[in-house]
Amino acid sequence: MTITLEQLSKTYEGSNQPVLKDVAVQINDGEFFVIVGPSGCGKSTLLRMIAGLTSISSGRLLINGKVANQMPPKDRNLSMVFQSYALFPFMTVAENVGFGLKSRQLSATEIEHRVDDALAMVSLSELRDRKPKELSGGQRQRVALARAIASEAKICLMDEPLSNLDAQLRAKMRVELKQLQRSLGLTVIYVTHDQVEAMTMADRVLVLNDKKVQQVDTPVNLYQHPQNAFVAQFFGTPQINLLKADVVGHDLIVDSVLRLPLIQMRLNDSKVLVGIRPADIQIKVGPQQANARVVTVSYLGDQSVITAVLNDSQRFRIVADSQLQVAADDLIRIVGVKEFDVFDMNSKELIASQRGDVNDATVAATEF
Amino acid sequence: MEMSQPATTGTNVANAKKVGQYVLLLFLTFLVLGPFLLGLWTSLMPTADISKGALWSSHISLDNYVAAITTTPILRYLLNSLVISTLTMLFQVLLCSMSAYAFVFLKFKYRKQLFMLFLMTMMLPFEAEVIPNFSTVRSLGLLNHYAAMVIPFLTAAFGTFMLRQAFMQMPVELKEAADVEGLSHWQFYWHLALPYTKVSLMTLAAYSFLSSWNQYLWPMLTTFSDSFRPVQDGLRQLQGQESFNNWGMIQASAAIVVIPTLIILFVGQHYFKAGLNEGAVK
Repeated sequence: MTITLEQLSKTYEGSNQPVLKDVAVQINDGEFFVIVGPSGCGKSTLLRMIAGLTSISSGRLLINGKVANQMPPKDRNLSMVFQSYALFPFMTVAENVGFGLKSRQLSATEIEHRVDDALAMVSLSELRDRKPKELSGGQRQRVALARAIASEAKICLMDEPLSNLDAQLRAKMRVELKQLQRSLGLTVIYVTHDQVEAMTMADRVLVLNDKKVQQVDTPVNLYQHPQNAFVAQFFGTPQINLLKADVVGHDLIVDSVLRLPLIQMRLNDSKVLVGIRPADIQIKVGPQQANARVVTVSYLGDQSVITAVLNDSQRFRIVADSQLQVAADDLIRIVGVKEFDVFDMNSKELIASQRGDVNDATVAATEF
Repeated sequence: MEMSQPATTGTNVANAKKVGQYVLLLFLTFLVLGPFLLGLWTSLMPTADISKGALWSSHISLDNYVAAITTTPILRYLLNSLVISTLTMLFQVLLCSMSAYAFVFLKFKYRKQLFMLFLMTMMLPFEAEVIPNFSTVRSLGLLNHYAAMVIPFLTAAFGTFMLRQAFMQMPVELKEAADVEGLSHWQFYWHLALPYTKVSLMTLAAYSFLSSWNQYLWPMLTTFSDSFRPVQDGLRQLQGQESFNNWGMIQASAAIVVIPTLIILFVGQHYFKAGLNEGAVK
């Protein structure tokens, strides 16, 4: 089952501002496809358009090569898991799972068979006669999942299904969902605002922001080759550092005391944004030749996140070994930057990236 | 005031306030319940004593009730009212819920405008509709029949309005889940929308039953015989225009007439509890 979106747009009635513009992507059979973006970026709208719950203003939606713009939801052969689960409150777990099948007029034995299978798959067989209100959040979530499984639709749409669970359960369910998707060979379209969820579960990710698609790629590529500053900032914890810099000859001057030499590239712009991952910055603690001052240190166990401020008051984050003895107000010196990306100041699009090694003297920040 | 002031002063003030509140509440309760209890009490007294204006009698008995049941058509009135009110209630719940469903879950042109039109009929007092309704019912030849008292009240704008609110309270995801699962409108209406709004349906049922039960003006205009006359008009009928009024018996009939109302309220209370729909979302 492939799903193709061709220049999909959505404008709500009575408004001239589109909430989604020209979304184009092909979702392949058996793919775990994640749509991610900050709240209000239109990701749920996009999912609802695919489900047929929201009308499409322009563009085409193809399911298995067939135009499905006007197709009613039930004919799209898909299932959906909602953020709020949307269980039927006065039906038991088993009835909830089987109700849709009943309305499709399957035989009683077939329904029973599918319900049993689906409940076993999410390990809820023992709770089949409970009502939703007698279940915990995680169990309700599984009922919603079982309902999707029982429909045997090959496409499953999920709208932030884990966001109401606590952190530990969420991590566990992520793994289970992914396994389930593989073993059933489902094509999953999964909406989330959580970049960790997107990174850990997805085969491919569509990043949505400001009504537009920012990038569609694998998690690895999104992290390593972000096409614009938004994508770079969205993935990775702590966030990438975006520092304003002047281009002077072969150097990027972030600050009077921090220069990054450009080796494989030439830049035409005079002002750019430099994106540096916090883990790619090497520092030395001590007042000697210092070029930054520590503002806060967050201890995370195996590592520490240091927030520091440059002479020109630009802030940046560094991931350092937690063994490093450093405290607020300490002076530090940036001794090296492993790799960085350069973005356009206005369009925030990627202009160039530089990869290298910290030991490579030419890449290391020049000392003053 | 200093912090070291004994706490008892504050407690005394609070106590006095509470006592005052309860005295006021008791007084109001007495004010509301008084006439009702007085009526109940007089229904047990012989008419001779009631006529004298006495509040106490040495002959407290259920004689008035026996008299009401054996000498007047009160049971027939009760049956009439029961038939009329039950039919009105059933149809109002069914038709109002269906129209409310359409206003919430079906998308059609001029939905808003149509609903406004619906609401406008609610603003019109019933008394203003009496004459046109009467001539309609007369033209249909339904005078002095159950139909005259049921058909004009088969549906009510108020019921539609109330159930529309109830349906709008349903989480939108339930409808979306039903759409994805492939449920038809009938299935969603019957298996999900109605059970979900049970409390509102019960409220409407009780309300429509009682308002039908308590109707006076309309049945008075459209019924002329005991075989169709409902209770409220029947009670009036018991007070003869010129002859001697058996007040004790009339009072006993009035007490009988109130009983179904009380039953409805007590049964209804069972349903007015929260938490019926817990677990649907989150």
